[in-house]
Amino acid sequence: MSTYEAGQYDVIVVGAGHAGVEAAYAAAKRGAKTLMLTMNLDMIAFMPCNPSIGGPAKGIVVREIDALGGLMGKVIDKTYIQMRMLNTGKGPAVRALRAQADKPLYIQEMKKALEQESNITLRQGMVEKLVIEDGKCQGVITETKALYRAKSVIITTGTFMRGRVIIGDISYESGPNNQRASVKLAENLEELGFELVRFKTGTPPRVINHSIDYSKTEIQPGDENPQHFSYETTEAITDQIPCWLTYTNENTHNIINENLGLSAMYSGMIKGTGPRYCPSIEDKIVRFHDKPRHQIFLEPEGRNTEEVYVQGLSTSLPEYVQREILRSIPGLEEAEIMRAGYAIEYDAVVPTQLWPTLEVKNVEGVFTAGQINGTSGYEEAAGQGIMAGINAAAKALNKDTLILDRSQAYIGVLIDDLVTKGTNEPYRLLTSRAEYRLLLRHDNADLRLTDIGYKLGLISEERYQRFEEKKRLIEEEKQRLQEIRLKPTEQLQSLMEQIGGTRLKDGILAYDLLKRPEVTYDIIDQVCPPELDLADDVKEQVEIQIKYQGYIVKSNQQVDRMKKMENKLIPDNIDYDAISGIATEAREKLKKVRPLSVAQASRIAGVNPADVSILLVYIEQGNVAKVSNE
Amino acid sequence: MEKDTIAAISTPIGEGAIAIVRLSGEEAVSIVNPLFDGKDLTNVDSHTIHYGKLLDPVTSEMVEEVMVTVMKGPKTFTKEDVIEINCHGGLASVNRLLEIVLSRGARLAEPGEFTKRAFLNGRIDLSQAEAVMDLIRAKTDKAMNIALKQLDGKLSKLVNQLRQSLIETVAHVEVNIDYPEYDDVEEMSHQLLREKTEEVYQEVERLLSMARQGKILREGIATAIIGRPNVGKSSLLNALVHETKAIVTDIPGTTRDVIEEYVNIRGIPLRLVDTAGIRETEDIVEKIGVERSRKVLKESDLILLVLNYGETLSDEDRQLFEAIKGLEYIVIVNKTDLPQALDIDEVKRLAGNQKVITTALIEDKGIDQLEDAIAETFFAGDIDSGDLTYVSNVRHIQLLQQTMKALEDAKGAIDAGMPIDLVQIDVTRAWELLGEIVGDTVQDSLIDQLFSQFCLGK
Ligand SMILES: Cc1cc2nc3c(=O)[nH]c(=O)nc-3n(C[C@H](O)[C@H](O)[C@H](O)COP(=O)(O)OP(=O)(O)OC[C@H]3O[C@@H](n4cnc5c(N)ncnc54)[C@H](O)[C@@H]3O)c2cc1C
Repeated sequence: MSTYEAGQYDVIVVGAGHAGVEAAYAAAKRGAKTLMLTMNLDMIAFMPCNPSIGGPAKGIVVREIDALGGLMGKVIDKTYIQMRMLNTGKGPAVRALRAQADKPLYIQEMKKALEQESNITLRQGMVEKLVIEDGKCQGVITETKALYRAKSVIITTGTFMRGRVIIGDISYESGPNNQRASVKLAENLEELGFELVRFKTGTPPRVINHSIDYSKTEIQPGDENPQHFSYETTEAITDQIPCWLTYTNENTHNIINENLGLSAMYSGMIKGTGPRYCPSIEDKIVRFHDKPRHQIFLEPEGRNTEEVYVQGLSTSLPEYVQREILRSIPGLEEAEIMRAGYAIEYDAVVPTQLWPTLEVKNVEGVFTAGQINGTSGYEEAAGQGIMAGINAAAKALNKDTLILDRSQAYIGVLIDDLVTKGTNEPYRLLTSRAEYRLLLRHDNADLRLTDIGYKLGLISEERYQRFEEKKRLIEEEKQRLQEIRLKPTEQLQSLMEQIGGTRLKDGILAYDLLKRPEVTYDIIDQVCPPELDLADDVKEQVEIQIKYQGYIVKSNQQVDRMKKMENKLIPDNIDYDAISGIATEAREKLKKVRPLSVAQASRIAGVNPADVSILLVYIEQGNVAKVSNE
Repeated sequence: MEKDTIAAISTPIGEGAIAIVRLSGEEAVSIVNPLFDGKDLTNVDSHTIHYGKLLDPVTSEMVEEVMVTVMKGPKTFTKEDVIEINCHGGLASVNRLLEIVLSRGARLAEPGEFTKRAFLNGRIDLSQAEAVMDLIRAKTDKAMNIALKQLDGKLSKLVNQLRQSLIETVAHVEVNIDYPEYDDVEEMSHQLLREKTEEVYQEVERLLSMARQGKILREGIATAIIGRPNVGKSSLLNALVHETKAIVTDIPGTTRDVIEEYVNIRGIPLRLVDTAGIRETEDIVEKIGVERSRKVLKESDLILLVLNYGETLSDEDRQLFEAIKGLEYIVIVNKTDLPQALDIDEVKRLAGNQKVITTALIEDKGIDQLEDAIAETFFAGDIDSGDLTYVSNVRHIQLLQQTMKALEDAKGAIDAGMPIDLVQIDVTRAWELLGEIVGDTVQDSLIDQLFSQFCLGK
């Protein structure tokens, strides 16, 4: 095979899905000359499944990406057809934004953002091979024999590797949505010693808008005053489009049960492991057979398309059965399928092969990010993408790497879970995976991460100034409220009664008043407003920080304890076989994961506290030697 | 270095007349000082010993007379500030002291942790690193063994039930959070969460206050030996003491006027109490009458009534039976080496369903049966109590107390109208703490629960 020299770059990103675009953009912003190679330039940041971005945990990731200077938040803010804040009745830690996306528009906007970034070169091409010399990455070779050189390569090929689409008893090699599968690259990775695993996911059928009778469904409108993901967005989209809700019924379930044998899931055609959190409809009927009905959401795929996504009906039953199922559902009696639902199996990289920087341990200079690492979801992919981009650029340009810890970001939780514990099903973020979720809020993503983004060069000077100003205002207002003692005037007492609180017995600090659960910042605005009116996000921050201070302090104490162990680094050349006291299972796990810190070691399943203690004693030997020589 | 302050009993129980509770860490002095009625320990020279009283932080009553040694870092074993509280070696007292310092913010030391700290702080030299690691391994394995043995017990069964109830509740909250549009489950309300929390709270409370086995292990079984003169009470005492190398505590120079003796029967501590200050219990009934002696004897967990095989049942014996009616006792028919005069059938009738055993203490006969009877009475045979050490029990008690605290916090937060997802932090904490008792702290089980309990997904 003779190749031609096609160019020299700092970073090459393979794939332009949600991981790829963030990776390329972050690397470029850090100053790396970046090549983005992808199979089809019209499918940049394509959403193969649901037309929505955000939701619990995931929405917070989008904000984190934005705080670090990434693209996802900005682009969805420009292209949503509907925006909703979820969990508004709950505490601040679990509030989450979710947008319905205009899919084709999202692609266009994302492509434009990349095209406008001067450090990025966009090129269509199928990568078949990594060029590795002496265990180090040198570049990639494409199908058309182009050899591109770079010190860092990020692979973000999603569900394409040895992809296989399955509909009923029909199955063929394919990436999502009938794109080409990426077979050679999978083979090459295997040759290079990558451990791969077979996963599976699926998507429901799409139907055409005018075949739906919406009068039989319930409307699901967006929020009246939509909030946004990006801290840079200033304008809201006013003409939002609703979604619709309908339900399956007994009839639907009978059809599914009768045809269960034809489902690829049950006929044994599918070998890959699917995610529990997005089961196919046949899965739901089998596992929860006494549920009389399941929700079905009808979600438009965009403004300039008639296609409607049928959420809740992911399936790998034959096409004709899909039609029968649809037509058993109120509102869909006449539904015309535009695309059938399908299941897809693909190869993923076992993520414990990665360092927390997302660099592959055994092949220096290769990074992987996104669904290829065993995750599922656009946001999970994008979150890894930006981190891989930051670290791949660091590698190429000899700059600092970045690892976010579990108390800093959901992105930190996600990556730590992957590289430390691995996963045996496609991994999705859930709020319950974050032990410090009170600290990892949607509202404070900027306070957590903007400094980092700025230092990396991903946040503009102008935005950083605005951020600093916001921080100052929050601190000043908190200080001010500490200094105001409110008398129990009639005005205040009747206000308290109005909001269903108890009357005050005595004077009270404004600060302490705000601590009461029923008191919002509105009350402050009424009884002791600041000189200059504050922005809503400042008020929100002041209220949350004061009201939940007790919990926040508790969480911070936990974090401090963890940090101590996080700071105890394990030398890279440690020889676990030389530590006799460690239990066998723990030793095997440690050798595989090669944790960077004692804290990371302690999170590996199978490594017990005693093993951690022994490890600690072992690695402290060097320091001890110094001390005792004094 | 690690900042928190650890505590443990540093003398093996039963091996010395003096027991020591040792604390190490930054807060060692500040934890003990407020509990200590004596010199101001923050203001004493390092490496000095002080006599005083240790007070219960809640009631401010004296718990124990103690000698406190203050040693300031770095010239200590761990190079940290170290406090040693010396008390007479009674199991009850030393455990109580440990519990008190734990309740004031010290953490129960892990196996081998003092040594580990000594090492990490550079007190032990490099060549001993290997030994330190071995020690941690060995101590942990031993503790694990004990923990595993206990896992068969009713405690673990109950704890697992409570955990299941908590995790179902938490999963319910989680599903509301992660799947806000999922219409299948009712929204977890404050009221519902309060009910669920309260249920578990009460169980934990019950476990803590009523768990007889736990109490026994902590404080010993208060045991009175009664019987007419010359039936063999002293031989019984001596036999028990001899058999178990019990500690006979009699600390000179203290003002204690009550003398208690501990013996260890199959790992169960018996506290031989002096009833009502009347050492010679043979004349108890005579001295204070049946009614009052009943009251006094009621304070014991176990009464050993000794009878003489060689004599017929006397009125005094019958009065004793009367005095202990309805209480937990074991009848010991001693001196079977003599020709029989006692009507055993009558004794059995009087004893009802309490155990009657025969011994010839002079010939060392029957002690085993007595020990069996005691172990059976208190552990109904379902715990291998021989391996129970009080340390793991203090640990359990501490964890249960922390669980209660977490649930209390949760209840408080509910009452204050805090959002459910914040309340849930404390509920989850309670679940984790209970998990530490049964040795199961895998976080993924929540996610497993979520997906098996609810039908979720797009
Ligand atoms: C059928 C289906 C159903 C799904 N359902 C859900 C769901 O319900 N919920 C959910 O959260 N997520 C779901 N997902 C997952 C979600 O779509 C992905 O997690 C997300 O898109 C992954 O982003 P990525 O950047 O890792 O990969 P992708 O978005 O798949 O992007 C991969 C990119 O790599 C390119 N590429 C591949 N191979 C090569 C090569 N050799 N050379 C050059 N370029 C290459 C592709 O052209 C593409 O641009 C589903 C995905 C599919 C396919």
